Amino acid sequence: MRITVDMNLCESHGQCVFAAPGVFSFDDDDHLLYDATPADALRATVEAAAASCPVRAIGVTPR
Amino acid sequence: MNATTGRLVIVGASLAGLRAAEALRAGGFTGGLTIVGDEPHLPYDRPPLSKRILTADPAHDPAPGLTWDNDLPLPDGLDARWELGRPAVRLDPRGRTVTLADGTRLAYDGVLVATGATARGRPDPDRGVLTLRTRDDALRLRAELRPGRRLVVVGAGFLGGEIAAAARARGLAVTLVEAASLPLERAIGSVPGAFVAELHRRAGIDLRTGTTVTDFLFAHGRRLSGVRLSDGTETPADVAVQALGAAPATAWLAGSGIDIGDGVRCDVHLRALAPDGTVVPGVVAAGDVARVPHRLAGGTSIVLGHWTNAAEQGAVAAHTLLRPDEPRPFTGVPGFWSDLHGARIRSVGLPALADEVRVHEHDLPGRHLEVSYHRDGGLVGALTVGRTGRLVPYRRRLETASRDPASSAAHGHARPARVRS
Repeated sequence: MRITVDMNLCESHGQCVFAAPGVFSFDDDDHLLYDATPADALRATVEAAAASCPVRAIGVTPR
Repeated sequence: MNATTGRLVIVGASLAGLRAAEALRAGGFTGGLTIVGDEPHLPYDRPPLSKRILTADPAHDPAPGLTWDNDLPLPDGLDARWELGRPAVRLDPRGRTVTLADGTRLAYDGVLVATGATARGRPDPDRGVLTLRTRDDALRLRAELRPGRRLVVVGAGFLGGEIAAAARARGLAVTLVEAASLPLERAIGSVPGAFVAELHRRAGIDLRTGTTVTDFLFAHGRRLSGVRLSDGTETPADVAVQALGAAPATAWLAGSGIDIGDGVRCDVHLRALAPDGTVVPGVVAAGDVARVPHRLAGGTSIVLGHWTNAAEQGAVAAHTLLRPDEPRPFTGVPGFWSDLHGARIRSVGLPALADEVRVHEHDLPGRHLEVSYHRDGGLVGALTVGRTGRLVPYRRRLETASRDPASSAAHGHARPARVRS
């Protein structure tokens, strides 16, 4: 699976980090860091993270 | 037993209503699904209404009939019948019907109440006194926010603060009137409240705390000319906005047998309850209209007007309709955000419950703040400005407390709590 985040939309709400902390994180200045190709076993967690984003900045596609 | 066929009606073409509809289809519901909305619009996100939509150039608005960037995406396979611009006026749980304003009756096997809330206040938009709740409200307000005009915002909560900030960005002179001694003091405490007050003042907003508006003044009775304040002074104004909070939209449920004192009273599965505490069959509720018991509040029922709350409750309420014999409890961790003058305010939990606020970082020039909220020594919330990443460990602890049935006792929340957001 591949994750894309539209950083023009991201407002650092943190919902993805709360939902999938192993995949998404922040540095101390609220810049979002993420693993663009997480293991497929994490699919449900990643999809929950994408659905929780208030600005719909996260896309999830099969590799 | 599953209830994957039949007729379900969702009253409220909102975030909560749409998330419920999505969850119903994803959960295998193949029956008839009707979504009723009092506005003429398909579901959209409300948070941008007081933020980027107010500051956007109208020339960039979509042409009529095209989608706005805050429209919620409609998933494939939703297969819903939309009844838009047709408010529901009555619910009959015994006859299992919803009646619309034009007299149409919709029969249902299950109904989800997601009618949200309505703005408090007494707007008089034709004379320049407005409220903000819907997209149409936002566009009407934006048309009034012309550079050089004088705006009075009544109420310095998150909505009022965001409107004031947007108006400053558009070049208006802004007076922000707040009854309490600090903005948001009851919601997030005095240190964050003072932080927000200073953000407003540095942006050139005339913040009047400990003050109320006693009268709106109209030139020749036709158009707002100013407001009279509780200190006896008058302030000239071309436009005023009342940002006094919102009340759950429950008037249409009068006579339904549902307890609608301060929102639709629900159990943890979001089933609507009668005043005697029994379940009203076939009715669930979600979002800003629902009053739901929360472990972080020691089991007290609370109404929350937050985006994540609406999204998460929509899905849980749908599950309760689909699997009435295996309902899940709602255990979401509350959270809210605001963007003021470029400062990113983010919060988790229920700060309004706190009897103690601990300040971990306070840097006004750098626009950084980190505070945690405690009640009887237990964590109930946290708030940051420009430090969202630091919410993660707080959020994790709150999630555990919210899910674990023993935790509220472990946190010693003996006192009942009352929250409004």
